[in-house]
Amino acid sequence: MTFSRRHGSAALIACVLLSANAWADDLAVLRGELDRIKSEYSTRIATLETRIAELEAQAAAARAAPPPPPAVASRAVGTGTAFNPAMSVILAGNYASLSEDPATYHIAGFVPGGPGVGPGSRSFNLGESELTFSANVDPYFFANLTASIHSDDTISVEEAFFRTTALTGGFTVKGGRFFAGIGYVNEVHAHAWDFIDQPLVYQAFFDGQLAEDGIQLKWLAPTDMFIEFGAETGNGDRFPGTQRDRNGANGGAVFVHAGNDVSDSASWRMGLSYLDRNADARSYQDVNAAAQPVTDAFTGNSRTWVVDAIFKWAPHGNPTVTALKVQGEYLRRTESGVLAFDTLGANLVGDYRSTQSGWYLQGVYQFRPRWRAGLRYDALDAGATRIGVVANGQLSAANFPLLAGASPRRATGMVDWSLSEFSRLRVQLALDEARATGRDRQLFLQYLYSIGAHGPHKF
Amino acid sequence: MSNRLVTTLLLVAGLAAATPAAAVLRVLATTPDWAALVTELGGDRVNVYAATNAFQDVHRVEAKPSLVARARNADLVVATGAELEVGWLPVLVQESGNAHIQPGSPGYFEAASQLRLLDVPAGVDRSMGDVHPQGNPHVQLDPRNIALIATGLTARLTQLDAAGTAYYEARGADFQARWQAAIARWQTKAAPLKDVSVVVIHKDQVYLCHWLGLREIGAIEPKPGVPPSAGYLAELVTRLSAAPPRLILRNAYNDAKAPDWLAERIHAPVVLLPFSVGGSAEAKDLFGLFEDTLNRLLAALK
Repeated sequence: MTFSRRHGSAALIACVLLSANAWADDLAVLRGELDRIKSEYSTRIATLETRIAELEAQAAAARAAPPPPPAVASRAVGTGTAFNPAMSVILAGNYASLSEDPATYHIAGFVPGGPGVGPGSRSFNLGESELTFSANVDPYFFANLTASIHSDDTISVEEAFFRTTALTGGFTVKGGRFFAGIGYVNEVHAHAWDFIDQPLVYQAFFDGQLAEDGIQLKWLAPTDMFIEFGAETGNGDRFPGTQRDRNGANGGAVFVHAGNDVSDSASWRMGLSYLDRNADARSYQDVNAAAQPVTDAFTGNSRTWVVDAIFKWAPHGNPTVTALKVQGEYLRRTESGVLAFDTLGANLVGDYRSTQSGWYLQGVYQFRPRWRAGLRYDALDAGATRIGVVANGQLSAANFPLLAGASPRRATGMVDWSLSEFSRLRVQLALDEARATGRDRQLFLQYLYSIGAHGPHKF
Repeated sequence: MSNRLVTTLLLVAGLAAATPAAAVLRVLATTPDWAALVTELGGDRVNVYAATNAFQDVHRVEAKPSLVARARNADLVVATGAELEVGWLPVLVQESGNAHIQPGSPGYFEAASQLRLLDVPAGVDRSMGDVHPQGNPHVQLDPRNIALIATGLTARLTQLDAAGTAYYEARGADFQARWQAAIARWQTKAAPLKDVSVVVIHKDQVYLCHWLGLREIGAIEPKPGVPPSAGYLAELVTRLSAAPPRLILRNAYNDAKAPDWLAERIHAPVVLLPFSVGGSAEAKDLFGLFEDTLNRLLAALK
């Protein structure tokens, strides 16, 4: 063993010595290679170390952040509310101080419509308590009931309609009882009015607000600009129409609305509507020349044009601090047919034709969060009414004092304060010159409270 | 003349045939954030319209005619849900005459349905203010929420436009990869924000605070949606003066008055945050929104 190792070592040394010269070059190459590999690896290791440090830092940061909320697959969606059906109650009431007796209220020159005309009673009044139920019926229909409980313990159906949800192409069909799609303020529920009462022209022409028992079709044009066409028909039993003992519909209405944005901050909507109605013996109380009460009645056709416009502004569309709303409508009505004088007595019948118009313009400005102030001006023109029995000399014009030419006016101002979007307190002052004589100075204090899940309002 | 007409017609027909199927889905997004997300995921196959801008309070939006028109023509509505848009979106859907976007249809997508919401109240009463019974709906300021919503949204786009499946899936995967990398980057960067005390205005920073570990020690609104009274503000000043927050957070849509007033009295800086895409010049898209939010928070901390 020792021998062989010694010999082996000697042989190796000999070999090395012998070949030393020949290998010297190769060794240098090998050493260079090794150095290169060493430096390459140290660079790589340094990179890896940096990467590990980064990852550790990220992991630490991730540990520091709370775990992401886990996903929950397909939870119930709803634009509406958890309640089904959505139920809401609006409570309203007011205190009224009126310088003139409200029992004598009439809009001079205009055939009286009904209870929707006038400022209501003096002192404390319980307003309409509005009860609304609404929900999708099934995948095809939505239904809504709005009942109104009046302070005299009567209840009325304000709206009760179904509406389609399954139609495409911009079509919607609505049926039942609903506010007619004419004008702007006609479709707005009382609690969303900017003033405690309706514009005079709506009181004079539609007894406040026109509801339709019938059916309505609307079509929205496939444009980026809002253009909507609508047509509706029904029994037409509300003023200015009357109930008629016929199977067919009583007239109807057509309307077109258009609207768009001016900028981020401002938007508008305009409309043109036409209403056609027939009245059968639409009676009203007047007094004759001898100041005796008489009942007169109109039978004929009533056609109304409505032009409406609304403009809303808020900085960047954010109405939290300031916002402005300006709206106005012009209405023109032509009625032609026959007028019967004293239907329970003399019953003199002659032709009748009137062309009457009216407009209002109002602006409401939110000057600081929760506070708004508004102004409104109403003007009507009773026009020159042709009464056949007066024209042919049978009767004197003094027998139709309610129809005597007049131009009623009213100026209104209000301030309201909404502590939240569900409550509102309002003070309103008005100078009402609707009567033929006398100026009614009106003061109202009003409250409005909304509880439950009330549906959102339209523009 | 007639030759030229024929040539023109042929040319028009040829162009029409050659035009790629661009913008097949029309999307109405309730906020600029969802509009940005749909753009990320849908690319050229979607045509997106944002119903609101970052300077609007999404609780208080008018159901404008222009929005009704957009709803009528939409194939897909992307909403936040959880009743955030309850004051206006139902009107758009109802007035649209468009069966495709009714709730429950594939064309109606709610971001909140993809998430577990924070602040779900045990019971709801309006004396508590404007509390959302399904939980806090201001979900967009946690980027992990965005990732979850993106997954759901990609699936929905694929469902509505099957021809684009490969396109949406590729874009979705690309977005998720970029987004996860960005989240990792943001979380590293935001480490100094952990446990920083803040005062908010409305309870709409909850998800941001939850993500970054910011500690909310007070709100300028006494109750959600209820503006502060003078008495409440005085009380807040007394309470916060002892231990002022490091930062007061104000969103682009918030009025400056109340936070500035408070800042002056308790000597804490107000940080104006974009809150939504478009809320600042830097918040051009979702990446910019988070980048800018963190930059502003970190800058205010120095």
